[in-house]
Amino acid sequence: MSEARFSAQGFRRGLLAALPILPSLIPFGLVVGLESAARGLSLAEAGLMSLLVFAGTAQLVALGAWADPVPLLAVTLAALVVNLRMAPMTAALAPLFHGQRGLRVWATLFTVTDHSFALGVRELRAGGRDGAFLLGIGLPTWLFWTLCVTAGHVLSGAVALSPQHPLLFAGLASMAALVATLWRGPGDVLPWGVAGAVGLAIHALSLPQPWPVLAGALAGSAAGAWRDGRR
Amino acid sequence: MTLRADVLVGILCMALVTYAVRAGGFAALRSFRPPRFVERMLLHLPGSIFIAFILPGAAAHGLPGLAAAVAAAVAMRLSGRLTLSILLAVAALWGMKGG
Repeated sequence: MSEARFSAQGFRRGLLAALPILPSLIPFGLVVGLESAARGLSLAEAGLMSLLVFAGTAQLVALGAWADPVPLLAVTLAALVVNLRMAPMTAALAPLFHGQRGLRVWATLFTVTDHSFALGVRELRAGGRDGAFLLGIGLPTWLFWTLCVTAGHVLSGAVALSPQHPLLFAGLASMAALVATLWRGPGDVLPWGVAGAVGLAIHALSLPQPWPVLAGALAGSAAGAWRDGRR
Repeated sequence: MTLRADVLVGILCMALVTYAVRAGGFAALRSFRPPRFVERMLLHLPGSIFIAFILPGAAAHGLPGLAAAVAAAVAMRLSGRLTLSILLAVAALWGMKGG
């Protein structure tokens, strides 16, 4: 495998790639900010959570379990299970850091989101091997996400959302749009079909996330690997 | 601008486990050379992760949720505009569920 780079040019390309995705964070960020306020978090606490955790779906799920005093085990488990999908993501992105060491690698990993993952995979498939590209996407995403959440908290006096409100769909809609950028052709039908079918089957057994995503992702990618190995 | 101790500890616990899983996948792959089959799996993992996360979540909203998720993907494929695709899907769900 070829050595990866970590260049200023890659960072700049990442910044440019991040620009079109930043507005997409607004709806979901506002929702998390509104929910933070509704659950009794102060503006500083909502901002700090977004800065340190930086994972929208996990923040929303943990806020659903929020109480006074904070149920530490429940919110920690919520963050752990919802974010478990990130472990295979950074494993798949590993070639972007091949041969790279030090703080910049571990700092870049902190900024990996669904958005930077999707763009990072496209970079890999195009032959790119520059970890700074990922940091260029992740850094502005991190800061803008925190800005959106704090803005949502500030707006909380004027807006209230029910748990089933369609605006809460913004996070899933974001992932559905991103998956369209990963489509490579008919060869994806088998792994994606198996992943979806297994995910839905586990969900039908009333098992919550992350079990559908873990089982579905493993089954789908194994089906694709099995098919490729027979060719 | 209050910052309560129990809230701070809760946020720190969430941050710690989130970073552990973010860095953990990369760290594991760097430590062990995976078998050939696992290397082939990694090529199919990205799309499989998204699909297996999206479908159960969308299905929880019933057919309107699934239709809205498809709308987001199709809009992204056709327009290449992420924000527009998200807003379209949310608006479609809003319309189908009647707010």
